[in-house]
Amino acid sequence: MSSVTALPEVRIVDADKRRRAVLIVIFCTLIVGVAQYLIKLGANQLAAHHSNHGGSVSLTTAVMGIFTNPSIFSGYCLYAVFTVLFVIALRDGELSILYPLISLGYVWVAIIGVLAFHESMNPLKLTGIAIIMAGVAVLGRGGSGK
Amino acid sequence: MTTPVSSIVLVLVGSVIGSFGAIFLKSGANALSKHWTSIAYNWRLAVGILTYLLSSVLFVKGMSKGELSLLFPMVSLGYICTLVWSRLFFHEPVTKVKLAGVGLILIGIVFLGFGNAMH
Repeated sequence: MSSVTALPEVRIVDADKRRRAVLIVIFCTLIVGVAQYLIKLGANQLAAHHSNHGGSVSLTTAVMGIFTNPSIFSGYCLYAVFTVLFVIALRDGELSILYPLISLGYVWVAIIGVLAFHESMNPLKLTGIAIIMAGVAVLGRGGSGK
Repeated sequence: MTTPVSSIVLVLVGSVIGSFGAIFLKSGANALSKHWTSIAYNWRLAVGILTYLLSSVLFVKGMSKGELSLLFPMVSLGYICTLVWSRLFFHEPVTKVKLAGVGLILIGIVFLGFGNAMH
């Protein structure tokens, strides 16, 4: 009987840890939004300075850009912060639940794309982003329930 | 089209490579203990970070031509790969609900493709 009464306490601690893991990952999505802004900004700079007959930059330019372009470098430094936080979160939760949660970043990135880079938005693109987010949310639910 | 197909392909391939990074990070996180050396000598975490670097090079190359709001959501292809690897390496359950999520993500990526072709 004693082992049966001890079980709920253990579950409460687990639930708290899992909730904290989810909150950490949600904070991570804000970091992703800022990081993507910086990476896109830098990638545009690379394209402007090393134009490859109107195509994308070379692989060498891309590798160099990650380390020498201040904007891209800062973006990936944010991803390093993101990675440390994500590893901490992963200790208390399932990868298949936490990983898809990052999709909240799509909202921030779509807003940044339109506002900062004057990108186009149309019903098909919006629907695509919404369906992907729904899919990712469903993936998360599939992890907690059977 | 505002985003060239080559950029879309680069980002999708980068996402598949990046999904392996998540697997190495998870197996590295499983091996962590309280002592700081368990991070320093954890080769799985190092390989995970290197894998992300490789995927980032393809991502930056793709991102140098095209729209952020179109290319970034396509990274979700990596989630589908992660689900498959999670099943294979960590024996995490693949439920019908998860399969529905995979289907939705794939449909969403197709919608993005059509949205891109609209211009």
